[in-house]
Amino acid sequence: MKVVSVKNIEKIFKVGKSTVTALRDISFEIEAGELFGLIGPDGSGKTTLFRILTTLMLADKGTASVDGFDVVNDYKQIRKRVGYMPGRFSLYQDLTVEENLSFFATLFNTSIEENYDLIKDIYVQIEKFKTRKAGALSGGMKQKLALSCALIHRPSVLFLDEPTTGVDAVSRKEFWDLLRNLQQQKITILVSTPYMDEASLCDRVALIQDGKILDIDSPKGITKKFNHPLWSAQADNMFKLLTDLKSLVEVNSCYPFGQEHHVTFKDVRESVNDMQARLHKLGHTSIKFKKIEAGIEDCFMDLMKG
Amino acid sequence: MRALFILLEKEFRQIFRDPAILRMMFMMPAIQLLIMPLAADYEVKNVKICIVDYDHSSYSQKLVNKITATDYFRLVDYTDSYDKALTYVEHDEADLVLQIPSSFEKDLIREDEAPLFLAINAINGVKANLGGAYLRSIIGDFNREVRLEWLQLPRQNTQPTIEIESINWFNPLMNYRFFMVPGILVILVTMVGAFLSALNIVKEKEIGTIEQINVTPIRKYQFILGKLIPFWVLGFVILTIGLLISWVAYGIIPVGSFVTIYVFAGVYLLSVLGLGLLVSTFANTQQQAMLLSFFMMMIFILLGGLYTSIDSMPMWAQTFTKFNPVTYFIEVMRMVVLKGSSLYDIRFHLLKVLIFGVVFNSLAIWNYRKRS
Repeated sequence: MKVVSVKNIEKIFKVGKSTVTALRDISFEIEAGELFGLIGPDGSGKTTLFRILTTLMLADKGTASVDGFDVVNDYKQIRKRVGYMPGRFSLYQDLTVEENLSFFATLFNTSIEENYDLIKDIYVQIEKFKTRKAGALSGGMKQKLALSCALIHRPSVLFLDEPTTGVDAVSRKEFWDLLRNLQQQKITILVSTPYMDEASLCDRVALIQDGKILDIDSPKGITKKFNHPLWSAQADNMFKLLTDLKSLVEVNSCYPFGQEHHVTFKDVRESVNDMQARLHKLGHTSIKFKKIEAGIEDCFMDLMKG
Repeated sequence: MRALFILLEKEFRQIFRDPAILRMMFMMPAIQLLIMPLAADYEVKNVKICIVDYDHSSYSQKLVNKITATDYFRLVDYTDSYDKALTYVEHDEADLVLQIPSSFEKDLIREDEAPLFLAINAINGVKANLGGAYLRSIIGDFNREVRLEWLQLPRQNTQPTIEIESINWFNPLMNYRFFMVPGILVILVTMVGAFLSALNIVKEKEIGTIEQINVTPIRKYQFILGKLIPFWVLGFVILTIGLLISWVAYGIIPVGSFVTIYVFAGVYLLSVLGLGLLVSTFANTQQQAMLLSFFMMMIFILLGGLYTSIDSMPMWAQTFTKFNPVTYFIEVMRMVVLKGSSLYDIRFHLLKVLIFGVVFNSLAIWNYRKRS
């Protein structure tokens, strides 16, 4: 069963006299129980899409349904059965952890006790701070509280807008483990993130850029589509290497990836030895090329270019 | 019902956790009610007068003595140069210049008539008007004394004259504080109600908490009521503190019943809070809300009849005051506190303010969007 279905959604914002198209003709579907990732850089339209699906905003064109209900006509039903965690921490900072949780539980006509089993794994980690004000929590703790609040009414679909932005690496990993656990509770999760490395943790991902979906597939499926050899390059002067590689006519693309540069060549038969020789002439030392498997980010960069 | 209850609980928790709001709630009425009535004094005392005497006669002396003997006037200078007197006016050191011409005594005796010249510094209109009027009445008095001196008036007036005796109803001693304090109290209740309610929803917008509320199934009216009721209660607290202060500090005990005041205040607060909520549905930031409500409050207060009498306003302004809820509460407060009016006497005021309340609140609920 399709839990989320988006058809030809379009949203245009007016900024002064000019217009900004936030979403162009977006369509996709999410199966029940899926952990679906919306991957894209800042300003690509992720939050706008979330706001439309959570009935906070009306689309200009197209239709969408969540859990079988139309986002425009049956918004009341949707509000009862979705959990939404906005990108910005938006709980009451001057209320304590426990007060926030019971406040949202009551608004959904339920109680902490009733759905405690669902949030137990998350809540135990912040329970020792339950008399602390939400504003005084650390970033990771805030996210866990926000997730608990979004879950307290046992939603069938969970919308998480950039839940790991601004959270440290350890907390990010913990957070994804929590999402995996939630998935086993038969909750469909739509999560957005600007971090490409998190894409591989989803069942399926949609790559979004400038309000357009570039590709939708499983993380493996997306990387499989990367059809030309990918090389990682290293040398002593990494910055010079980047500019030199970009200037070479034989090079198709070159992006810095942490410690190394990821390079593709225009001719798939191009030999690495020839390349090394060219770079050597340009004065590079300890040049190393290594053939690697493409990651989501490589695919994203590639799709963006095309 | 449970949703509304938890909204109220949350709102009260937040208010009581904000020490600034609590301090304001007690300090504002105390400071405003203790200081404002002392400053906002209608009686003009210490009008600065400069007398230019070209005559230096015994009559001019008498006149000057008579003027300076009252505590309304303070003599800035007694000079014989009009130009010098005018420089006092220019430097705002004198409000009035009285010029006694050189032939004052001579003309008075010979022609039975002598002119005096009065120049008024009209920058402060109230002071100029009242000072001029005081001075005219003193001169009139002086005139009568002179006539008495010359011709012994017969025991019975040969010509019929009209004597005026007046009595000040409801405020026999014309104590302006009895008149001002209830009015200032109205302003206080209005400001607290309108500002707090306007800023509250906007704060939720700014912090983003409204987003989280909007995705819940709670109804619009529940949300608005959850905002309205706490500030309604706060308004009553302020009113009570204010009434206590005016009793302790000024000995003002309403002639009418407290029930009348509180019933009217309840309805009135509903309309003021509705206005605040309406502002908050338009504004996106606290600055916008603050500016917008401040702008409206300024107009409402200045045209509310607290400082200036509505009867002396131009027609268009008088029409406007009919749409100003502040006007009605000030009128009702004065009616109840000074005259002892009952609920029946203020029924039309009550009805009009109720209509404002319904209109403002309906607009607020209508304009509050859970989605954009």
